[in-house]
Amino acid sequence: MRLPHTKVIEAYGLTKRYGGAVDALRGVDLVVEAGELVTIVGPSGSGKSTLLQLIGTLDRPSAGTVRIAGHSVSELSDRRLSRLRADHIGFVFQQFHLGVGMSALDNVADGLLYAGPPARERRERAARALERVGLGHRLGHRPHQLSGGEQQRVAIARAVVGDPPLLLADEPTGNLDSAAGTEVLGLLSDLHAGGTTVVIITHDLEIAAWSPRRVRMRDGRVVADDGQGAGRRRVAALVKHGSTEGRTS
Amino acid sequence: MRPVRLSVRDVLWAGASGLRARPGRVVLSALGIAMGIATMIAVIGVSASGQEQLLRQLDRLGTNLLRVQAGGTFSGEEVKLPVDAPAMVGRIEGVRHVGATGAVPVSVRRTDRIPEERTGGIAVQATTFDLLRALDGRVSAGRWLSDATARHPAVVLGSVAAQRLGISRTGTRVWIGDRWFTVVGVLGPMPLAPEVERSALVGFAAAQTYLGFDGHPTTIYERSSEEAVAAVRALLPRTVNPRNPEQVAVSRPSDALAARAAAAGTFTGLFLGLGAVALLVGGVGVANTMVISVLERRKEIGLRRSLGATRGQIRVQFLTESLILSLIGSAAGLVVGALVTIGYALSQGWPAVVPLWVFGGTLAATLGVSVVAGIYPAVRAARVPPSVALTMT
Ligand SMILES: Nc1ncnc2c1ncn2[C@@H]1O[C@H](COP(=O)(O)OP(=O)(O)OP(=O)(O)O)[C@@H](O)[C@H]1O
Ligand SMILES: [Mg+2]
Repeated sequence: MRLPHTKVIEAYGLTKRYGGAVDALRGVDLVVEAGELVTIVGPSGSGKSTLLQLIGTLDRPSAGTVRIAGHSVSELSDRRLSRLRADHIGFVFQQFHLGVGMSALDNVADGLLYAGPPARERRERAARALERVGLGHRLGHRPHQLSGGEQQRVAIARAVVGDPPLLLADEPTGNLDSAAGTEVLGLLSDLHAGGTTVVIITHDLEIAAWSPRRVRMRDGRVVADDGQGAGRRRVAALVKHGSTEGRTS
Repeated sequence: MRPVRLSVRDVLWAGASGLRARPGRVVLSALGIAMGIATMIAVIGVSASGQEQLLRQLDRLGTNLLRVQAGGTFSGEEVKLPVDAPAMVGRIEGVRHVGATGAVPVSVRRTDRIPEERTGGIAVQATTFDLLRALDGRVSAGRWLSDATARHPAVVLGSVAAQRLGISRTGTRVWIGDRWFTVVGVLGPMPLAPEVERSALVGFAAAQTYLGFDGHPTTIYERSSEEAVAAVRALLPRTVNPRNPEQVAVSRPSDALAARAAAAGTFTGLFLGLGAVALLVGGVGVANTMVISVLERRKEIGLRRSLGATRGQIRVQFLTESLILSLIGSAAGLVVGALVTIGYALSQGWPAVVPLWVFGGTLAATLGVSVVAGIYPAVRAARVPPSVALTMT
């Protein structure tokens, strides 16, 4: 299987300064091609979440350029950027962010609220997405009736219900025990196998080792970018679970 | 790559999301609005019901009754109407019924042992036979004077007079002047002629025979067709007193009732003001709830932005939430206000009326309050940066 060499993420010279004092990013380049699975690791405060915000178009860089699926973020208005997020990017957060008092089905269906399909189609697709994450029997359950792992699976279903080409996850297993974390990772790798480009921030070195490509950050810089699927490189040969890890060129 | 336009249903769905999560707070913050709307509707409804009652009464009684009395002269001496005045009035074109009463300067008492001064505010009047028809009155007991009883010591009591004398049955006797008169009838209420309600009425002939009445009427009641009222009114002074028409005072008794009806319609500004203040406080309550809600829901806002919501859609979501809150409050207020109106009207024996414009006004007030209360929180919500979804705390 040969994946096209399209670049889903192109970020060049990203800097981010908060409040005129804190330099969260000090010049980051990152290119991710379609179909890659990338983990971002690094000590706390190294700028991982900041980087994810910028490539997720949730914030704008102080300097540098971000292109997502070919769209230059700095040239887009808030409205167009919102549409870009609705169509192209799915987010998974450490703290799930599920609506309380809403069923799993409604939570997932709201993942499509701003993308356009009518309510019935949203619910149908939500039911299918929940089945994909193994919660087809929990459609009517509210978040407080679900375990942490199940809640994160609902959140993943919400992130992918619109089939976004890019999935960004900030410590998706951070609040889960290892069994639930493994399950969530399995889901993410399934999505990756299905063609979705996946970027995961993690503290877990095991997870990092498992991924085909690792980006290491420190003090707002990328200090290492290794693994088979690095940017501008072919990803066709990638096999799930990184079993063919190693440089190819 | 334009953002999607949400359907009305989706806008309502998103707007209700915050309310679904905290139903208890919805009740409390809608309460203020409910109280404001309920007060205003009750104030308007009760006064409209009172007015409707008076208008219906006016409709029943008619506005085609004119009353003629002798006005005072410059010298202040009492002027009497000519003896033939009622007959003259009867000849005016358009006049249907003419009745007359003449004051008789004697007193009426339950018995001759009660001192003469204690009249209880009841006047003795001579009456023509046609008075009842002219006033469109009813007899509540016994009968009205007949040709025969009008010549005998027989008396018909006005409703108030009968009550004050403590008489409800006919056949009893009362002491008028210096002799007994037999009560042959008691009249029903006459809202257009309260002075007749407070009178003991004897026939003209009997009054002249037994009580020294001089035969001059003091008040003439005239009923014409509605269209002829103005023309008749213009002719009355000269007809009644051709030599001194300026000494004749003509009035329309229904005018007083019409004035009361008009006054009843202008509901008390004070209570309406109280309702408006309550509504305002309710609006502030909603605004307050919304501001807190925005603070608490920064994560949710960030999440929605990450799902693709535009700033405008977040703004609309919170405005919608404010609108739904206000609508719930004002719907409850509408029901309570209507129930209060119905309850009060029933207790007064009035027809219950809530004017139609009130519903439009309530809707407009609700929209106004919700927009004013929601705009600031909505703007603040729209300013929440999408990145809060990713930050830790
Ligand atoms: N909104 C903000 N305002 C000011 N400073 C910020 C803000 N967000 C992040 N920072 C700072 O920027 C730096 C990088 O933060 P970031 O959240 O990207 O780190 P991180 O690598 O995700 O850390 P962690 O592993 O703890 O999540 C930190 O020093 C942090 O304090
Ligand atoms: Mg972080």
